[in-house]
Amino acid sequence: MELQVNHVITWMEKSNEKIQTNKDFLSALDRAIGDGDHGINMARGFNEVVTKIKETDYSTVSDVLKDVSMTLLSKVGGASGPLYGTAFLKMSTSLKGREKIDYSLFVNAVSEALNGIKMRGKASTGEKTLVDVWEPIVEQLQKDSDFEAVTIETTAKNSMEATKAIEAKKGRAAYLGERSVGHLDPGSVSSYYIFSALSEVIKEGV
Amino acid sequence: MKKIINDPNFVVKDMLEGFVAAYPNDVKLLPNTTVVVREDAPVSNKVGLVSGGGSGHEPAHAGYVGKGMLDAAVAGEVFTSPTPDQVLEAIKAVDSGEGVLLIIKNYTGDVMNFEMAAELAEAEGINVQQVVVNDDVAVEDSSFTTGRRGIAGTVFVHKIVGAKATQGASMEEVKAVAEKVVANVRSIGMALTPCIVPAAGKPSFELKDNEMEVGIGIHGEPGIKRTEVTTAHDIATELMEKVLDDMNLKSGDEVAVMINGLGATPEMELYIVNKEVNNILTEKGIKIYDTFVGEYMTSLEMAGCSVTLLKVDEELKSLLDAESKAPAFRR
Ligand SMILES: Nc1ncnc2c1ncn2[C@@H]1O[C@H](COP(=O)(O)OP(=O)(O)O)[C@@H](O)[C@H]1O
Ligand SMILES: [Mg+2]
Repeated sequence: MELQVNHVITWMEKSNEKIQTNKDFLSALDRAIGDGDHGINMARGFNEVVTKIKETDYSTVSDVLKDVSMTLLSKVGGASGPLYGTAFLKMSTSLKGREKIDYSLFVNAVSEALNGIKMRGKASTGEKTLVDVWEPIVEQLQKDSDFEAVTIETTAKNSMEATKAIEAKKGRAAYLGERSVGHLDPGSVSSYYIFSALSEVIKEGV
Repeated sequence: MKKIINDPNFVVKDMLEGFVAAYPNDVKLLPNTTVVVREDAPVSNKVGLVSGGGSGHEPAHAGYVGKGMLDAAVAGEVFTSPTPDQVLEAIKAVDSGEGVLLIIKNYTGDVMNFEMAAELAEAEGINVQQVVVNDDVAVEDSSFTTGRRGIAGTVFVHKIVGAKATQGASMEEVKAVAEKVVANVRSIGMALTPCIVPAAGKPSFELKDNEMEVGIGIHGEPGIKRTEVTTAHDIATELMEKVLDDMNLKSGDEVAVMINGLGATPEMELYIVNKEVNNILTEKGIKIYDTFVGEYMTSLEMAGCSVTLLKVDEELKSLLDAESKAPAFRR
């Protein structure tokens, strides 16, 4: 099984659909422990991503991911813009020039993305940030030996839900300290949508 | 939502066009960006100063662009940090070869977006340095977490650092004075009502008719506590207690005071707060060098205020006194 340009485009389209559908929910989560703009930011960014990649012809997966990254960087803003932008940029760089991505290249790309998020946001596991979804995903991908729709979906969902119990140490929610416990981390929820979309792409056949 | 706007998606663009139309001799908008720069940028032999952040805090930050203060301000979406590409445009537009200092309010998003822009600018050979303002004592100062937020005290940084750069000081000197202001400025805010981000259409939090929130952030981030609304005397006492606790001021020390309106609080009330603040400082033997009352760093239509104290020495005093042509810096 290999991931190709059309798969990545579908991945982004599905991510966008989920984000648009849940825009208000993401903002509501951010209203509870942040400033209420996460849904607005992500919806603006992913809408532009889809517009951009639909109107462009790509021969490599890395070029699609690079445009995804650049669009997110310039359209999302806030904390999530540079973080998601960096994540997709690292994926693109690690896959430079490739038309087809086999499983081990893919695992490597996502793990580079996680490193990028950690480098940019200086957060580690258990601080109620994107890392709390991306880290378990990378660990799971490393355990699996091929694209597995089900494990990706379950791992992303479980780790997203687990952020509820965490006390925020990074990002805007950290201002709340203990009061952030009991709320889902908005960024982890948007990351869940992205991995859930990936899982659907894999289910439909890579 | 009741607002004088055309379209919630274009508030920033419309606002910036209106802003530069108001001060055509002082500032201009870089084409296809949300960057306001001095009309005469880049100014030769001067360190460039760039600040910015989410919109909704007007007159910050574009209002502080002008001779004696900032060279450029980058506007993000409402309450959302601007993106690296925009900040990079600002840096390039104001660099005269002396380097550019970024003045960043301490929010994860702002810090990351400005940092990425700095990396891009450095790759183009521009010397970029940064200073992060964290004056809000409502948040615990900690290196393990996000740390304190940057709020109205940032305006003192703009003013003083602007004056220093105008004197032709080197990057090192400019940055040192910026850090000195950051180390000596403390603020805290309170709100009576929430505000509505146009794209959201509803308030980001709620306060009952008889409630106020102490320690609120300028994006409506929750504060320290919610209580019944009390008198200006009690409000000022509580805010000052928090600020003074963090400052170690002694009798005889001198401060500059800023009483900042958050958007919907009449100046009448700000002056009442100032009377109380003035009494508290006088009782403690702390000298008031200068006072600034008005709207400097707002939070859309939030009702409430913040109090900022800046401990000043001779250098800071003379820089605070220096002339500023920035449209919104009111003495
Ligand atoms: N330092 C960080 N590292 C990783 N993720 C972070 C960090 N800070 C914040 N985040 C993520 O960003 C999300 C908030 O994004 P968003 O609301 O768009 O930005 P902002 O907080 O600037 O308003 C949080 O829910 C969290 O998942
Ligand atoms: Mg947010």
